[in-house]
Amino acid sequence: MAETGGQVAQSSMAEPHIIVRDLTMAYGSFVLMRDLNFTVRHGDIFIIMGGSGCGKSTLLRHLIGLVEPAKGEILYGNVNFTKADESQRAVLLRRFGVLYQGGALWSSMTLAENVALPLAEFTDLTPPQLREIASLKLALVGLKGFEDFYPSQISGGMQKRAGLARAVALDPEVLFFDEPSAGLDPISSRLLDDLILEIRASLGATIVVVTHELASLFAIGNNSVFLDAESRTMIASGDPKVLLETSTNPTVRKFLTRGEDQNGAHVHA
Amino acid sequence: MNNGHSSLRHERPVKTLYHYGAIYKVRQNRNHDSGMSAPGSDPDGRMQRAVVLERKNGSNLLVHLRGKWQLGHDMPSSSIVAKELSAQAKPVRIGFETSELTGWDSALISFLVETYDLCQAHGIEHDRSGLPAGIRRLVELAEAVPEKQGARAVPKRIPFFERVGDLAIDYVSAITHSLGFIGDTAVALSGLVRRTARYRTVDLMQNISDCGPSAVGIVTLISFLVGVILAFMGAVQLQQFGASIYVADLVGIGMLREMGAMMTAIIMSGRTGAAFAAQIGTMKVTQEVDALTTMGISPFQFLVLPRVIALVLMMPLLCLFSDLMGILGGAFVGVGMLGLSFTNYMRETIHALSLTNLALGVIKATAYGALIAMAGCLRGFQCGNSSSAVGDAATRAVVSSIVLVVVACGLFAFVTNLLGI
Repeated sequence: MAETGGQVAQSSMAEPHIIVRDLTMAYGSFVLMRDLNFTVRHGDIFIIMGGSGCGKSTLLRHLIGLVEPAKGEILYGNVNFTKADESQRAVLLRRFGVLYQGGALWSSMTLAENVALPLAEFTDLTPPQLREIASLKLALVGLKGFEDFYPSQISGGMQKRAGLARAVALDPEVLFFDEPSAGLDPISSRLLDDLILEIRASLGATIVVVTHELASLFAIGNNSVFLDAESRTMIASGDPKVLLETSTNPTVRKFLTRGEDQNGAHVHA
Repeated sequence: MNNGHSSLRHERPVKTLYHYGAIYKVRQNRNHDSGMSAPGSDPDGRMQRAVVLERKNGSNLLVHLRGKWQLGHDMPSSSIVAKELSAQAKPVRIGFETSELTGWDSALISFLVETYDLCQAHGIEHDRSGLPAGIRRLVELAEAVPEKQGARAVPKRIPFFERVGDLAIDYVSAITHSLGFIGDTAVALSGLVRRTARYRTVDLMQNISDCGPSAVGIVTLISFLVGVILAFMGAVQLQQFGASIYVADLVGIGMLREMGAMMTAIIMSGRTGAAFAAQIGTMKVTQEVDALTTMGISPFQFLVLPRVIALVLMMPLLCLFSDLMGILGGAFVGVGMLGLSFTNYMRETIHALSLTNLALGVIKATAYGALIAMAGCLRGFQCGNSSSAVGDAATRAVVSSIVLVVVACGLFAFVTNLLGI
């Protein structure tokens, strides 16, 4: 982990990759979050954290363009994603990789077909080449030999890893993870964290993770935003490890210390 | 098993016994009154669940909790305490006595929390010192987190005009959404013509197999029976004029022009339209549709096109097959009941039929196919985020497609009549 710390210091010099300006998220007239302003730098592992139901996943859906912001904008480098036309958006989308909460593998296709589909769509590879690359990507996540299995035939943890293989199929520049450790046992969850660090190191991708798993967010995150359901806005941002030491906000402290802050008293949240 | 007694126990008027002037007891014990034997949950039959209220010094209410308190039917409610509070002079404190309590679970906790709420409302002290420590801790835990302000849904009456207005707005937005969907599908189809549409041939083949060959069995059965029914209906009338042979005309024209396409459409609405909605709805729930979108693959091209194409290709074929089966059904009645020869029946049928009738049926079937596939896919895309929403989507798909098919059928009838076809 000390090594990660070193990389953090370097990447903090890097230029901004994702810029969120004055973002307001709303369902109809119900405002979920307002005034979100933060920047994700190239090579960051950026954590979106906060209590259950505060809008973490919704923020992620905004970042990947599944939901339009009620107000404000999202920029990727110099491109305004919110105002981009269809073709610009398609170019950006092609550089995204998304791992959904349940894996979201296409259930009518085998694992190899799942991984090969984005490749088939955007490259001119021949079927044998596609198959080869799909096998390689599956091997990277520890699923060698499972090419011809359907998603329903493997366990939840394996589905998640297969989803990861699909997300990295096109060697994306930005990877989004929605609750990667949800439903995984501690060891699988740890392995997935290692895999995320590995991918960052090898692909040099920027990674955005929605999570409330403390162990995981301290282990991998080097930048973050904290969403608060009560005040309906972000109340902290920065390296979670630094936040743990320096934040004075009681909600953030309570969250990062599992409510055991101050005299070790157990706080009901 | 003691269900029948439960109402008795709560509604029986409480018996008040006066002792020594100051102390009186409020008893509610059915054994004492009626001599009924105790219901079976209690081994010795005496320690059954009971609440006995006792006044001490007029200002203290002691609640005796007896027997085994377990979740199940026949639960004592706090209403007898409430009755006592409103009927008599208000006590200052409520205490509990549990020496005869033989067992407890959430049933007792819920009773205690209810009495606590009553005490809060009446400004009475809730003295828990007489309760076992475990119960005390649980009751305290239940009260530790105050109710979140505004969390409880307040039932409110929506004025009539507001409801009508809301419905109208919903209706308009549903229509806009449907039109948008038709537009998107048209764009996707134009992509097909321009050869830029992307979908997997495997998916198309799978869908063709699902809504073509797999449906042959049910289409055969239904169409044959419809032919039989048409023939019976016609036979009863035509026999009176000795014109039984014209049953062949009736069945042939009826099947080709209307019934073949209509019955196939209704079968496919229930079979394939619902399946489309459920498939796409489930893909929405599991975020598979999102995964397509964020991968830059249009869900319209990828999911809607193969389904629409498959059904539009298969419906005319199924319709032709249905026509044939209907005619055979008619022949079955003609030969079996009316004593016509099969050759005669068929000769009369061929004589009656025209290519126009056949083409009209096939054109209708094609149009119905497009409507059913699009209604199914539209309802699938409108699906919410839960498993019950998938069921709703399937239901709505069937209803929408049958309505659309019948409306389209009416339009066809109107236009063909106008054109004199």
